[in-house]
Amino acid sequence: MSIPPSHGERRRGRTTMRRAAEGVVLAFIYVCGWLAIIILAAIALFLILNSVRALNEAGLGSMLSGTAWYPTSNPGKFGMLPLILGSLLVTAVALVVSVPLGVAAAVFISEFSGTGVKDIMKSIIEFMAAVPSVVYGLIGVAVVIPLVKDVFALNSGMTALAGGIVLGVMSLPTVISISEDALHAVPFDLRQGSAALGNTRWQTTYKVTIPAASSGIFAAVMLGLGRAIGETMAVLMLTGNAAIMPTSVLESVRTMTGTIAAEMGEVVQGGLHYSVLFAVGLVLFVITFAINLAADLVLEGQRKRWRR
Amino acid sequence: MVTALLLEREGAAPLGAPHMHVREAAEVATRDEASSTIRGSFSLTGVSVAYGRDQVIEGVDMEIPPRSVTALIGPSGCGKSTLLRCLNRMNDELGNVTVGGRITLDGVDIMGKAMDPVELRMRVGQVFQRPNPFPMSIYDNVAYGPRTQGIRRKAELDALVEESLKGSALWDEVKKSLKKHAFELSGGQQQRLCIARALATKPEVILMDEPASALDPISTQQIEDTIAKLKDSVTIVIVTHNMQQAARISDQTAFMLRESLEAPAHLIEIGDTKKMFTNPDDPRTESYITGRFG
Amino acid sequence: MSRTSRTRRARSAEAVARILTGGAALGVVAVALFVLGYIVYNGIGAIDFTFLTDVPRDRGREGGILPVIVGTIWVTTATAALTLPIGVLAGIYLSEYAPRNLATRAIRLAITNMAGVPSIVYGLFGLAAFVLTAGLGRSIIASALTLTCMTLPVVITATEEALRQIPQDLRQASLALGATRLRTIYKVVLPAAAPGIITGSILGLARAAGETAPILFTGAVFQMRRLPEDLSSQFMSLPYHIYAQVTSVPGWNRTLVWGTALVLVAGVSVVSVIAALWRSAQRRRVKW
Ligand SMILES: Nc1ncnc2c1ncn2[C@@H]1O[C@H](COP(=O)(O)OP(=O)(O)OP(=O)(O)O)[C@@H](O)[C@H]1O
Ligand SMILES: [Mg+2]
Repeated sequence: MSIPPSHGERRRGRTTMRRAAEGVVLAFIYVCGWLAIIILAAIALFLILNSVRALNEAGLGSMLSGTAWYPTSNPGKFGMLPLILGSLLVTAVALVVSVPLGVAAAVFISEFSGTGVKDIMKSIIEFMAAVPSVVYGLIGVAVVIPLVKDVFALNSGMTALAGGIVLGVMSLPTVISISEDALHAVPFDLRQGSAALGNTRWQTTYKVTIPAASSGIFAAVMLGLGRAIGETMAVLMLTGNAAIMPTSVLESVRTMTGTIAAEMGEVVQGGLHYSVLFAVGLVLFVITFAINLAADLVLEGQRKRWRR
Repeated sequence: MVTALLLEREGAAPLGAPHMHVREAAEVATRDEASSTIRGSFSLTGVSVAYGRDQVIEGVDMEIPPRSVTALIGPSGCGKSTLLRCLNRMNDELGNVTVGGRITLDGVDIMGKAMDPVELRMRVGQVFQRPNPFPMSIYDNVAYGPRTQGIRRKAELDALVEESLKGSALWDEVKKSLKKHAFELSGGQQQRLCIARALATKPEVILMDEPASALDPISTQQIEDTIAKLKDSVTIVIVTHNMQQAARISDQTAFMLRESLEAPAHLIEIGDTKKMFTNPDDPRTESYITGRFG
Repeated sequence: MSRTSRTRRARSAEAVARILTGGAALGVVAVALFVLGYIVYNGIGAIDFTFLTDVPRDRGREGGILPVIVGTIWVTTATAALTLPIGVLAGIYLSEYAPRNLATRAIRLAITNMAGVPSIVYGLFGLAAFVLTAGLGRSIIASALTLTCMTLPVVITATEEALRQIPQDLRQASLALGATRLRTIYKVVLPAAAPGIITGSILGLARAAGETAPILFTGAVFQMRRLPEDLSSQFMSLPYHIYAQVTSVPGWNRTLVWGTALVLVAGVSVVSVIAALWRSAQRRRVKW
């Protein structure tokens, strides 16, 4: 009686060619896997390399503490403080708008609404996140600037307030979706335990769920902050871009992002001003990196907490 | 119902012979002359397995004769699945597993570097506890293994699919709807589809890890019938928690036991199923079988 | 305090909480609807055949936006062609190959941080790395590479998440049939994960299409006589066109700019919302 061969032997499995092809694909997979680190390192590297001239000639300390930003005067003055404070002021306004509204909406979506309402809310948030920032800027120009001008009887509505309001709306999707995730992640047992003690839905929410999700909500605020501080187009179109030390939200301010966007088109490549703009980018990169790192660590901690 | 399968297994040339390339036919011929014994026999000597530092199996010696059914029994956590996975080197995929000792398939060491686990698995199929068909049509599920081996011609695939589905006693139920999505089948049908999928690679051995534990009694019966027919053509190693099932379907039974949580499991006894269930040598076997622990 | 008064107070607190949070949610909805309504209301009047098929005239105050639309499609397509393969391979690495160690943790951290890098910083990076150092000049390809860096985290994360949804069972079944890991991924895991990957990627690419800051210094131009011919051409783009009109064209044509915004938002958001809805429908349908 003879034995039929199995296909494995008949085909001799994988040929050398196929193995080589698989090796190539595998190499690609590994390279792509590591690409995120490579790109992030490259971003840092290019920012630093291009900032070298600014750091040498203008000096980091005097740039960070300088209060005068006159890049085109001779010699140029590169005090970034007005820009940094401008960014912070606009961001602060944005947070005042987005945090209460966003967190409350997240509580409603997570705790008080059924599947249908949830789906609708999620689509709406998805839509808000999808609207390009330049369009928010345009709406700000058409609606918010005149409004601010009229309400506060100003000469111009292009103010930190106008930029901040629009920025707040723009960071709503981030704040809502991350807070909602955090609330959603609180284990069902925990809420049930509280409900079993005779607590109402809201008592459970503010005594148990919100404290349990607090670190996630904090991370949401951080990420909303990161998003607001890094936003460019809307603030560029709305804040009036006066590079002066801000004293009130009803004045025109100039942000770091807006400065880069507005001035990069007019500088000499490789010149000092060009280099200083990269230094502004570097400062921005460091700030957002720190914010995101912190938010990430907080979220990671929360994930670990609910794992078992 | 398995005649087609048997025909090919026993006949001089496979069904697809008319379409075969000359070179392949020649290869087949040499193969046939070279192996005069029936294939699909495992031999284990001093097999031990550790997950990281945790030694879970130690010193297992076992002979698995070809075209027989070997049942692996023992309490939960004693390493039955682990041992089973040694036979097709699926433990390799888990990462931190070290396997010691020697395992040969038809006299060839399968643990060395020389053995490509991918090729080993074409010869040693596996059916899992939970039916796990791929999210594709019934046909594509069965044709998956042959396609992996490089078979592309439709006629050949069609024949293999039919044969394999007949082998797992599913053909009559699905022959009109081979394009249907596999998820539309019932649990029992899905499991028989998984058996057919494993058969389609023409393995010499099929490993089954509690193949019927997630199924209803009728589906279980169908699986058992399938196993009874299959053992004419393949070696089967089956893990089961069901003593009656082991007694009904197996030729030999191996009993494993981990006597304390810290100590690794050992093979307590292996032997003819009838003897194991009526007159075991070891008192521990007897108490397990009669249900005194585990 | 008596039990009933406590219950009553709890009830009214409950009602107040519902009203406040519900009001916030309603406020968000109102803002979103206002945004949508305002764009449609102001822009719809501009949409006609000429607008969609003519070139901008009189610095954009008259005519249409054909080259602007075409430029956006060019750069988005190029971005998709770069991002999808790289992002999917990276997601495969993380889900299927990456060991559980510090290096992998670092990669994950890098990905989340990439997602938080401001878009204008990507613009600077693209200018320095692709336009100048790599010598690509201001071009579609330089912009697409810049947008790729920005979009990658989205595609990687979407891929990894989608792959993780696929039960381990299926991988084992394929491996046990003698398929290599790679074949298992290609034939079983990827097809099963495709809906999640595609949706996530579409969302990311839609965002990329609406970005202005990254293309500001890397290839977008205000005006072009011809349509782009190849990847080394400069290009016009919807978001940049809006920005340039508002900030540097005195007496910009409101109707046409809002029409441009409507085209952009319609393209971007319709695709995003459909993709998101489709994904949640898929999630509900396929239960492993
Ligand atoms: N991937 C793994 N990593 C670490 N330890 C494992 C792993 N798989 C199994 N073990 C351990 O190895 C031992 C044997 O497990 P195994 O699954 O082989 O037992 P089993 O006899 O098949 O049990 P059951 O009858 O419940 O299926 C158990 O103690 C288990 O905890
Ligand atoms: Mg088991």
